[in-house]
Amino acid sequence: MAGAAGGQRVPAIELRGISKAFGPVQANRDISLTVMPGTIHGIVGENGAGKSTLMSILYGFYKADAGEIRIGGQPNQISDSQAAIRAGIGMVFQHFKLVEPFSVLENVILGVEDGRLLRPSLARARGALKRLAEDYELHVDPDARIEDLGVGMKQRVEILKALYRQADILILDEPTGVLTPAEADHLFRILENLKSQGKTIILITHKLREIMAITDTVSVMRRGQMVATLETAQTSPGELAELMVGRKVLLHMDKKPAAPGRTVLAVENLRVTDIDGVERLRGVSLSVRAGEILGIAGVAGNGQSQLLGVLGGTLRGSGTVRIEGREIDLAARDAGQSRRAAGIAHVPEDRQREGLVMEFLAWENMIFGYHHDPACQRNRALMDNAAIRAMTAERMARFDVRPPDPDLPARSFSGGNQQKIVLAREIERNPALLIVGQPTRGVDIGAIEFIHQRLIALRDAGAAILLVSVELDEILSLSDRIAVMFDGRIMGERRPEETDEKDLGLMMAGMRGKAA
Amino acid sequence: MRDAMPKWADLVLIPLVSLVLAFGLSALVILAIGEDPVAAVRMMVSGALGSTYAWGYTLYYATNFIFTGLAVAVAFQARLFNIGGEGQAMLGGLGVALICLSLPWPHWALALPAAALGAALFGAAWAAVPAWLQATRGSHIVITTIMFNFIAAAVLNYLLVNVMRPIGSMDPATAKFPSGTHLPSLHDLLAPFGIAFSRAAPANITFLIAIAACVLVWLIVWRTRLGYEIRAYGQSEPAAIYAGIRPVRIVMAAMLISGALAGLMAVNNVMGEAERLVLNAVEGAGFIGIAVALMGRSHPFGVFLAALLFGFLYQGGAELALWTDIPRELIVVIQALVILFTGALDNMVRMPLERLFLALRRGRA
Amino acid sequence: MDFATVLQILDSTVRLATPLLLACLAGLFSERAGIFDIGLEGKMLASAFFSAAVAAVTGSVWLGLGAGIAASLVMAAIHGAASISFRGNQLISGVAINFLAAGLTVVIAQTWFSQGGRTPSLIGAARFEPITLPLAETLQPVPILGPIYHELISGHTLPVYLAFALVPVSWWVLYHTRFGLRLRAVGESPEALDTAGVSVVATRYAAVAICGVLCGIAGAYLATALQAGFVKDMTAGRGFIALAALIFAKWRPWQALGATLLFGFLQAIALRYQNIDLGGVVVPVQVMDALPYVLTVVILAGFVGRAIPPRAGGEPYVKER
Repeated sequence: MAGAAGGQRVPAIELRGISKAFGPVQANRDISLTVMPGTIHGIVGENGAGKSTLMSILYGFYKADAGEIRIGGQPNQISDSQAAIRAGIGMVFQHFKLVEPFSVLENVILGVEDGRLLRPSLARARGALKRLAEDYELHVDPDARIEDLGVGMKQRVEILKALYRQADILILDEPTGVLTPAEADHLFRILENLKSQGKTIILITHKLREIMAITDTVSVMRRGQMVATLETAQTSPGELAELMVGRKVLLHMDKKPAAPGRTVLAVENLRVTDIDGVERLRGVSLSVRAGEILGIAGVAGNGQSQLLGVLGGTLRGSGTVRIEGREIDLAARDAGQSRRAAGIAHVPEDRQREGLVMEFLAWENMIFGYHHDPACQRNRALMDNAAIRAMTAERMARFDVRPPDPDLPARSFSGGNQQKIVLAREIERNPALLIVGQPTRGVDIGAIEFIHQRLIALRDAGAAILLVSVELDEILSLSDRIAVMFDGRIMGERRPEETDEKDLGLMMAGMRGKAA
Repeated sequence: MRDAMPKWADLVLIPLVSLVLAFGLSALVILAIGEDPVAAVRMMVSGALGSTYAWGYTLYYATNFIFTGLAVAVAFQARLFNIGGEGQAMLGGLGVALICLSLPWPHWALALPAAALGAALFGAAWAAVPAWLQATRGSHIVITTIMFNFIAAAVLNYLLVNVMRPIGSMDPATAKFPSGTHLPSLHDLLAPFGIAFSRAAPANITFLIAIAACVLVWLIVWRTRLGYEIRAYGQSEPAAIYAGIRPVRIVMAAMLISGALAGLMAVNNVMGEAERLVLNAVEGAGFIGIAVALMGRSHPFGVFLAALLFGFLYQGGAELALWTDIPRELIVVIQALVILFTGALDNMVRMPLERLFLALRRGRA
Repeated sequence: MDFATVLQILDSTVRLATPLLLACLAGLFSERAGIFDIGLEGKMLASAFFSAAVAAVTGSVWLGLGAGIAASLVMAAIHGAASISFRGNQLISGVAINFLAAGLTVVIAQTWFSQGGRTPSLIGAARFEPITLPLAETLQPVPILGPIYHELISGHTLPVYLAFALVPVSWWVLYHTRFGLRLRAVGESPEALDTAGVSVVATRYAAVAICGVLCGIAGAYLATALQAGFVKDMTAGRGFIALAALIFAKWRPWQALGATLLFGFLQAIALRYQNIDLGGVVVPVQVMDALPYVLTVVILAGFVGRAIPPRAGGEPYVKER
């Protein structure tokens, strides 16, 4: 079989009008997609764009609310994973679906055993794995326990699982997220190899470099919709970055030029390693001065979350962090409290998971993290709930939170109003440094403008602001300086007036840019 | 995003429906054993509420259940399941006995605070080890507290048989407490107001302490920084860490308070009623606390109401056993059904109700 | 301590370990599938009553065994519905089942037999009789081995041999069959099983049912073999000792045999001696009572060989986010 997409041939996969909602969230909206056999098709998009949901539907893990699926030209409901497996679809999930204490062989045969007893199945799988290893360079010790394997090896087991089930279509969801560059290169060789044997591959990623390196065709998803499908050879990383991020109503901020003062935040050689042992921050150094906004641009998952986490005190790291010259203890046990005491305010990326207690009332959330403040206490024993309520009501009015009712639980506010509560809480303290992640994610247009104005006002009042956002518009319109993060490092720094989306997009893809 | 159900439905309707299901099944059990449920209820009402003697027993049991219910409820606020109330209450009894027997107390007013302190300290200490193991080593607190119940039983058995038993006594129990530790009963408390209350009933001043404990727990959980942090941790651990709340501290604090509350029950049953420490003094009240906390939705006021209900069931059940062929264990069945429906099968009640409310709202829109 | 005494204690160990072993294996199947079960006690108790009651009425221990297993299965079905179908709290469900059994058994016993919550004493074919193994009498005079064979190995009731036979059977089922592989997988990673196209719900219900059957045999053994009839709360915490043994054994069948024999031995010692004099130091009997629980806490604390439960244990499986 030939590798290139042919005009007359039957598509391996055809999706028509797929929609899927989780409660009020429309994860996929009227999506159509055609993938030809023997090709590698990339799907790019931001976190939450709906890529994983779409592929989970294709694998029968979720059921679509509407739409049609054709596999090899045949309509197929794909009611469950078993049906997907029968249709020749294999999936390598972002979070591996392996049984950790099991051996490689046991994981491979799980669900496709030959009979009631394991011995014959294991023997057959052992032979099959040996052949697959030779055919596709997929060498794994069949008797190794999964929990003893590194992430690269685990992924190989997932691919072997799919191939053992005789998958002709292989879906990989963010396969390189946990891999080292060398492991990623090896994976790509395997994928090329599979393609040359006639397999169809769908690669979900947000890394543009991977799309450019390996795919034949590419689709771009944004906010649950498919916005473009292109021949990879005919496009560029810059164009893809723009498509991914999308062009929003450009909000021109009326802002004065920055008047940076003393250095507030000085970070040197900051490193963070996650529980999987992957180094997520690889020696980041940066500084932010009073009265300026440093924007951190980058595709999600390149270490921005870890940067916010260490600075905000939710993650441990190594290196030095100084606030107004005083070094912060990165190993402190009550990190969240000592960061606040040092003058750091933190608007976290995920307000529903970290920034707010969703069952708490608005007034309870308005002091979250600052509940030890003297202003919150009536006497040594009790908190002054009446005063906190009054303060909350007043702040809700000033930040235009709707409805301005301090006695509603956080979950009953819209995303924008939830964010205003968090912002009011963090800004009103006049912090020396505000670190803020994705300030307008899931926020309606009107609230976006309001939030941006508040950030500028805080800057003009002399605070230092570190802004992390995946929205390039936001970075460009708010920042006084822009640093681009890629793969746990700062790729380079730009001034907003000397750069554009294309330039930043390339750096975000790790393609260009001088190390800072 | 709007809730599927209004708040009153969540707080009142669901427990009520669960309760109706539990009682309905209990009525079927009574029917199945050939008795008349209506007559049984009538007898329970008169036996538990029909006289001051009956009230005295009902309130005595309710006092026990308030303490153990609060103990489970406080731990629930931090999303911890303290199933060790039984053992913590046993140790509380040991604390009470040691204090009552160690000094020649001149008056109950002096002995009471000391004994309460002893009960709380011993109960908290018995909760401390499982709490510490959960907080620092991740040992499942449900299993460790169960184990600690049995260890407590063995410890008390040893102490009562080998150490604290008076010479010459065959009974595995301590000596009678001196009269300076005898707590005033409701009869003694109400007599000055001209209210006649049964002299024989065991309800005593501890009932007032239990009410005070409800208020105190409410204050701690909803009015102090610690309570704020406990609730935040119980709702979302990532958010708690973001706010600089230390999980180890919260787990320890919540469990120590919980253990102290369970221990305080001993003031009622050991000091107020038996006036000596006997084997198996707790009689399952620690476990009833689970049903009480589940039914009371982990709120002190709810716990108070649920404890009264269970006090009623216990006294009424005892009367039933006395006058009919329905054994006392029927109450255990009711208790099991309450735990089952309000705890484990919550979704079975909740899901159809949510659907109903959604349909109603759509119908109105 | 002479040889005969040692043999008697060991013989008693075997008999006391049997219900623990059966309940422990029951818990093993359930918890290996990710369903925590602190309701072993209740299932055993339910079975103990119904087996004794039916055996007393029909005079057949086999019908009694069947009734016991059926009663235990009903309890298991409640636990399954609460924890699998309704995604409720498995621990609370277990607590409820323990109380349900504790209450219902006495209520029904009183109604049926009016003997203060007991069943009538079982005699003859209503009980499991000791089985004398071949040549037990003939070989008895052989020094050492003869008495061991006669006293210790021969002369137990059928459920005892069944329980011991179930150890290798459980091991074989868990590690050598397709069902065992899927059962272990669903306890560690239900999403792995789900994506492999196997039903998580069906696998878990199957495990809970096995747990019910084994608890049923354990309860029937208590009432129709170890003792002759049902009395109130006759399980006396054995379900929790079995749970402790399960943790002690780190959820593995052969180790479960070792743990339950150890705990049975402690019970046998406690039954025979009030206090044990170990060269001047007198160990009170209550130490024997408490030791299984203390050992389990030590194991749980991870100071001596950490006990890690199945990873998905206690959590209802929710696919949709």
